[in-house]
Amino acid sequence: MNADNPILQVEDLSIALPAGSDRASAVRKVSFTVGRGEIVCLVGESGSGKSVIAQGVMGLLPKQLPITAGRILLQGEDITQAPLSRLRELRATRMSMIFQEPMTALNPVMSCGDQIDEVLAEHTPLSPAERRARVRDIIDEVLLPDPERMMASYPHQLSGGQRQRIMIAMALVLEPVLLIADEPTTALDVTTQKQVLELMLQLQRKHGTGVLFITHDFGVVAELAQRVAVLRLGDLVEVGDKHDVLQRPQHAYTRMLIGAVPTLRLHARPVDSSAPVVLSARGLDKTYRDKRWFGKSRVVHAAQDVSFEIRKGQTLGIVGESGSGKSTVARCIVRLIDPTAGELRLGSDEIARAPHRALRPLRKRVQIVFQDPYRSLNPRRTVGDAMIEGPMNYGLARPAALAKATELLALVRMDTSAMDRYPHQFSGGQRQRLCIARALMMDPELLVADEAVSALDVSVQAQVLQLFDEIKTRLNLAMLFITHDLRVASQVCDQLAVMSQGRVVEYGPAHRIFSTPEHAYTRALFAAAPGKDFAFGV
Amino acid sequence: MDAKELEALSVESATIVTQQSAWTRVRRNTSVRLGGVVMLVLVLVALAAPWLGTVDPSLFDPVSRDLLPGKTGEITTLDGELLQHRFIMGSDSFGRDIYSRVIFGTRVSLIVGVATALVALAFGIALGLMSGFLRWLDGPLMRVMDGLMAIPAILIAIALVAMWRGSLLTVVVAIAIPEIPRVTRLVRSLVLTIREEPYVEAAISLGTSTPMIMWRHILPNTLAPLIVQGTFICASGILVEAILSFLGVGLPPDIPTWGNVMAEGRAQFNEYPHNIFFPGIFLAVTVLAVNILGDGLRDTLDPKMAKRV
Repeated sequence: MNADNPILQVEDLSIALPAGSDRASAVRKVSFTVGRGEIVCLVGESGSGKSVIAQGVMGLLPKQLPITAGRILLQGEDITQAPLSRLRELRATRMSMIFQEPMTALNPVMSCGDQIDEVLAEHTPLSPAERRARVRDIIDEVLLPDPERMMASYPHQLSGGQRQRIMIAMALVLEPVLLIADEPTTALDVTTQKQVLELMLQLQRKHGTGVLFITHDFGVVAELAQRVAVLRLGDLVEVGDKHDVLQRPQHAYTRMLIGAVPTLRLHARPVDSSAPVVLSARGLDKTYRDKRWFGKSRVVHAAQDVSFEIRKGQTLGIVGESGSGKSTVARCIVRLIDPTAGELRLGSDEIARAPHRALRPLRKRVQIVFQDPYRSLNPRRTVGDAMIEGPMNYGLARPAALAKATELLALVRMDTSAMDRYPHQFSGGQRQRLCIARALMMDPELLVADEAVSALDVSVQAQVLQLFDEIKTRLNLAMLFITHDLRVASQVCDQLAVMSQGRVVEYGPAHRIFSTPEHAYTRALFAAAPGKDFAFGV
Repeated sequence: MDAKELEALSVESATIVTQQSAWTRVRRNTSVRLGGVVMLVLVLVALAAPWLGTVDPSLFDPVSRDLLPGKTGEITTLDGELLQHRFIMGSDSFGRDIYSRVIFGTRVSLIVGVATALVALAFGIALGLMSGFLRWLDGPLMRVMDGLMAIPAILIAIALVAMWRGSLLTVVVAIAIPEIPRVTRLVRSLVLTIREEPYVEAAISLGTSTPMIMWRHILPNTLAPLIVQGTFICASGILVEAILSFLGVGLPPDIPTWGNVMAEGRAQFNEYPHNIFFPGIFLAVTVLAVNILGDGLRDTLDPKMAKRV
């Protein structure tokens, strides 16, 4: 690291927000540097302005977000003053960027080889044959198998991890001095994330690229960063060496953020194995058949032979990566979809095959909280109406339902004035509390949380997790907690089922699986958790 | 760290969510204001038509035939009274006052436009909801709609008016029918999207019945794009009515409509272009205003659609 001669210097950068926003500026007087071959992580929750800084450095800010003060120096050249043509030149040759969602960042109608080739054709005098060789080299370098085939492939033919590798290849093909990565692994599964992060580290060391890595995930920061800058609502609250910031955080906000990151250490809790079984699944199957008029029909086994039990007052966690079938199981249990085979018992009632009419009295006993708080509440109905809808469906009078809603709002620590307001007036975390309260209005025996904290910022996530735990203890509920995040699972689960490709590969008490995972997949999942060996300090 | 501390430092508690309401955004939109003001003026003109220096639009006087705009002539009322009248927009070959006919024609155009939109929306919403919710009905119903869309709208309208008899009601229905498939498709696609929304799934697990889900959760969320679609149907309805009248298959010629006025002026277009010019200007301005209003509503109410188009 050569701190005397940084490749990127951001000095007193301020970027305005359009009038009528909730604050005057997206970013206020932010200063930091990225040295040659250095990885600087920009950390912050949503709305902290971290992506805006990335856009500023790339010269990609929309007109509504003008730079009002400060300078951005790339190897001494002020980007804020550079004309458009110069910016275009700089963008591929000296700095480049990779994005969160590689599917939308790549052109769907161009083969991956052509897309990388385009960068070379635009910025180098190489002949087509030389360019082709260069493209093959770089694809080889990002460790993609069979470069020739990869070059001919279109983005939709590749997996998420492969697409992100193509993006990295495209970003690095001209050997820029600065790479900006905006949450590049957020959309990937943990095991893929681990591979992509390793690749980035390896390439970055080899080429000596300076990296500005934007993330919300402290695990990733611990794996990757040399220096860390923490942003809060547009203010840089702390910047420094990784070990200083993560182990001896100075600012209260940093301390709070790090404290809110769930640890992989399991919270020890007594499990009462004699508690009554609320829900049991035996050999649950969900198969999708893609009916076609011609040719073979495609069969997808979304869930196969899934069996488990959930007892009163306990939480079963289903952990798995995307496509593992964990949400399918949840939706079968709530009977939003009909299982193909198998048995689901709610207490003494069979619910897997109950016809929809017979299901009505059973529905209220199982309630669900979804992942996306922004889509879980009808935008055109007040919170009060949403809360009383369920009980009133089952014959509770309006005044009684309203009284109950008031009670439950207090339980989830929301103000009663929320009743007359519309969902858009609440933040994500607040909405998730409202969804929990709405589910509890039915006095369910089983509460299903389908990735219910995944869309939330860490600090909010911690609050909502705490709330889940409180509710479970207080109401002695059975809970099914579905998550892709082992850290989250470790916070709330008593039992754990690990799913992969539609099957439960490991099932047992959480403390046993956390201490001695048996299945190879479970072990891979643990090994992939970012920052697992890093000792965070508060 | 306990819950209080967490909340105090959390970014969320510091962020006050201030989103403008849809109504505020609509009111502040320039297109909405512009289109809205023009439409308001037209509505006032239509309402106040008898008091805007007009005469009965069916009055004619052979003495005042083919007067140029601005000329003064005489016109006989139904009571046999002879009036001196200034023909602001000239007169036609029967000696009728074009200004009066155009101003009264505003009534017909606005009524036809709005009524067409309402009829098309009402049927389209009903069919679209059924198609989106009753899967067995979806295929047959949508194929009928496809068939309907394969025939040019104006042809269907001409056939329908010819089959019945030219009256305001038949014209409105004839213009509305070809629009129904488009509304049905829009509503169906909205229903198919919205029924996958978690809030609808939440309602299912709360035991809400299917008709209630449609009424409470789906219909209200289709309204914004439908209002937008309604304005475009309104504009096209006004235009189609004028075309039908111009072709002589719309409202009977004794009813003053812009299309009728233009149709009558067609033969003398070379000598007396004012016969077509003035109703044409009104027609163009009205359709433009409705479309601008629709664009503005689309940008503010239905931003996703704005990006798509």
